[in-house]
Amino acid sequence: MALDEVKEIVESGENYDTDKEFKYVGTRPDRPDGLDKVTGRAKYGADHYVANMLHAAVLRAPHAHARIVSIDTSKAEAADGVKAVVIGTDLPEGLTGGDLHLQENTLARDKVYYDGHAVAAVAATSALAAKDAVKLIEVEYELLPHVIDVDAAMAEGAPVIREGEQGPTVPEGMHPNVVNYIEFGHGDLDAGFDAADLVMENTYKTEATHQGYIEPHACVGQLGDDGKGEMWVCTQGQWFIRKMCAAVLGLEASNLRVTPSEIGGGFGGKTTIFSEAISLALSRKAGGRPVKLVMTRSEVLRATGPTASTSMDVKIGMKNDGTMTAGKVVFRMQGGAWPDMAPTGMALNCAFASYDLPAVYHEGYDVLANRPKAAAYRAPGSPMAAFAVESLVDEMTRKLGLDPIEVRIKNGAKEGTKSSYGPTYKKIGLLECLEAAKAHPNLAEKLGPNQGRGVAAGFWFNHGGETSVSMSLGNDGTVTVSAGTPDIGGSRASVALMVAETLGIPYDHVRVNIVETGALGFNEPSHGSRATFATGKAAVEACNQAIGEMCRRAAKRWGIDEDAVEWKDGAVHPAGPNAGEFPPMTIKKIGQTMGRSGGPISGHHETTAGGVGESFGAHVVDVEVDPETGKTTILRYLVVQDAGRAIHPSYVEGQYQGGAAQGIGWALNEEYVYDDMGRLQNPIFLDYRVPVASDLPMIDTVIIEVPNPGHPYGVRGVGETGITPPLPAIANAIADATGRRLRHLPMTPAKVLKAIKNG
Amino acid sequence: MSNKIHVSTKVNGDAVEFLCDPRETLLDVLRDRLNLTGAKEGCGTGDCGACSVTVDGRLICSCLMLGAEAEGKEIGTIEGVAEGGELHPLQRKFIEHAALQCGVCTPGILVAAKNLLEKNPDPTEEQVRYWLAGNLCRCTGYDKIIRAVLDAAEEMRGAA
Amino acid sequence: MVEVNLWSGLRRFTDGELVVHVEADTVGKMLDALIAAHPDLAPVIEAGLSVAVDGEVITDAHHTPIRPDSEIFLLQQLKGG
Repeated sequence: MALDEVKEIVESGENYDTDKEFKYVGTRPDRPDGLDKVTGRAKYGADHYVANMLHAAVLRAPHAHARIVSIDTSKAEAADGVKAVVIGTDLPEGLTGGDLHLQENTLARDKVYYDGHAVAAVAATSALAAKDAVKLIEVEYELLPHVIDVDAAMAEGAPVIREGEQGPTVPEGMHPNVVNYIEFGHGDLDAGFDAADLVMENTYKTEATHQGYIEPHACVGQLGDDGKGEMWVCTQGQWFIRKMCAAVLGLEASNLRVTPSEIGGGFGGKTTIFSEAISLALSRKAGGRPVKLVMTRSEVLRATGPTASTSMDVKIGMKNDGTMTAGKVVFRMQGGAWPDMAPTGMALNCAFASYDLPAVYHEGYDVLANRPKAAAYRAPGSPMAAFAVESLVDEMTRKLGLDPIEVRIKNGAKEGTKSSYGPTYKKIGLLECLEAAKAHPNLAEKLGPNQGRGVAAGFWFNHGGETSVSMSLGNDGTVTVSAGTPDIGGSRASVALMVAETLGIPYDHVRVNIVETGALGFNEPSHGSRATFATGKAAVEACNQAIGEMCRRAAKRWGIDEDAVEWKDGAVHPAGPNAGEFPPMTIKKIGQTMGRSGGPISGHHETTAGGVGESFGAHVVDVEVDPETGKTTILRYLVVQDAGRAIHPSYVEGQYQGGAAQGIGWALNEEYVYDDMGRLQNPIFLDYRVPVASDLPMIDTVIIEVPNPGHPYGVRGVGETGITPPLPAIANAIADATGRRLRHLPMTPAKVLKAIKNG
Repeated sequence: MSNKIHVSTKVNGDAVEFLCDPRETLLDVLRDRLNLTGAKEGCGTGDCGACSVTVDGRLICSCLMLGAEAEGKEIGTIEGVAEGGELHPLQRKFIEHAALQCGVCTPGILVAAKNLLEKNPDPTEEQVRYWLAGNLCRCTGYDKIIRAVLDAAEEMRGAA
Repeated sequence: MVEVNLWSGLRRFTDGELVVHVEADTVGKMLDALIAAHPDLAPVIEAGLSVAVDGEVITDAHHTPIRPDSEIFLLQQLKGG
């Protein structure tokens, strides 16, 4: 593409031409950070050690809901090696809204809202000294009644968790724990249900699950009395850490420099702060000595993440031929003891997103409960919504003797469909996914006794977001890219491939660095499946800017018009025979001589990235259910998903497989278990059981490519959709195998056995 | 504070000495005293395998062993898997197969897989899955990890 | 005039209107005009929401141009994992 064409597209916001051949995009080179990560050299959150460093430990409440009567820290302060102690009242007062909620969750002030809520912290000369000192802190609590279950929390007489948090849309007369109410839809719902041959409705429940990243939260914070500080931290977004810590501590954001470590998994759970601000508060109190704070697994499970638990009603109308005529959902979701943490709105938007329905209606309640402040978890809200809707679609399909894939194709959303949440879809790839699933050899496998097959579709919006990228030319013609989205699953490789493609230089001539907050403009985290989409798009535009400069330099050197040159295969060429006879000026030559042609060459691009393309998927799972024990074994698993374009197909497949595995865990094993005092009963990996290698088969993948016209290489973003279909697909497979429909996750052996026995 | 224990041991073939608190785990010692941060603490309860090392050739979770117990032992960590600057076939195959996403479980999985292939150079898929069942990975769904281990085993058998 | 589709929960702030017509050529001006026409919408808009223009969810980019025939929906704020 000629430079002026590129410029025109960028300025006009028109669609990119994504239908062309590529040299690097779509290949599978080694990832740039691979060597560091297979040798143990890569530095994660807890791997940072600095001179004069102190170690922190946090005291956490053992109660679900209690008033803090008093905190006595004197014995801890007097203990050997202790340099600082902080409690909630040490943090600045006067915050409001989301900032106040972050601060309350960082350190409780008046009340503790959940088992594991932080109440005090110590910095000492060793980790052991800090842990010992924490035990010397005396807290007197006045216990308050608590509530854990979402339906119980909104029932009359439930303990009131917070006053005055009810949003303006909540209907009058609802319990104060209902803090937000959402309602939307279109079409004539009654007429839709009247037109159906079969109308069914059911209630579904899902339990809270944790993102379960293997790396616990860890940071080293340093803050002086002058309000200037530094932080090393494992995070999905260093600017979010900066913004949130600054708000909680009353700092000026630019005075805090945040460097992201390598990140050991996040899945949404590392897009916010939990105890990062504590390390800074301790550091300031300890005379500016750096303070390392590393959570234990038990702290991670008790006090970070998790996702919402839900209670969901679904009603659907269907004709005898499978045509869906109307759909209605009512979702109740709790996201802990703070408002707006449950992904209720997004769950509603996703509920019927895969379908073209003449009439839909959605209603949702955001409810408080005495649980940890929920964080985003991979396609927030969508897996639960899919569990409810795709389970009922399957149940009706079976009742009518129809094929589950055909019914989804018949009703499937496509370009021009008015989506269930309102807007009209542009180019999307759901039908292509369903057709590919239908044609896959897994569907030809014969099933034996106690075996069953389940199908489900899934959806995620994807996200663009605030993005800033810069690139610079080295004096040997190689290129450095500075990106602000932490590399959580191979995005350095995908960005380097797009830069190599754009510049026409070898992949290994591009180095992508993930940089600290001082080195770029603001970037949102690696969330919303946006890193390859948005950072990639901005990196391409930064390269185009540098290409423009390189073209100008060459034209000047040759003494011809700027418009008479073009960029091709890593060099400036005369644009045609009329431009004159000049040998191509390579990027290497330009790099070697840039000091004499006008100085360093770089490009940068800042945007709130538009052009986002939705990603749909379809999963097919075969299971075997042991009728003696109720245990479900996954025999085969197929993920088909629209990537738009797979920049590095291996890492796209990895996202599909990882999403499926997390969904399998959510469907079969994972849940937060509370005792009657509201204390979490399974805060270790032995009891909060995520899938292990022997639980799973190979996970087959098919990458569908319906290019997104809003990205220079057609990228949609692939991180999240894959966790959405497994919940219902497995429930549908279990129903196929046993004739029993499970409507409450997880589908543990005990629950499945009970369903088999009770009929 | 003063009852530190003096320990002499070998890590990746090199003799080392350290002082540690009796409560410090081998993982604490490796990371905090010997600057070997390749082994990670994912759980501290022996459930995730991110801290896997070998002690006298036996695969263990270093979070479950005390540092003081390392006296006279031979410890093998991820830092010793590549010999003389040359990557172990498992390390190469993990990169080639994209068998890591975030990479934080990778050191533990490589140590565990190497230990498996030393005992069983020709494992079945099921044997690899059960051997690695103590090493949690939350990113990959294990598919590419299992393929990388089987491929490395095949290459090593060919080379042997 | 452009046609703005609200979610039904917002009806109580717009005298029951589910579709509101305002004069605007960017998303930012559209939101300002909504608040001018229906001041009770201010807290909801200021708390943050997503806007879909012609089938694309653009989150919060106020400079995004809109045409008189653009399809516009206000959505609950979208966040990702």
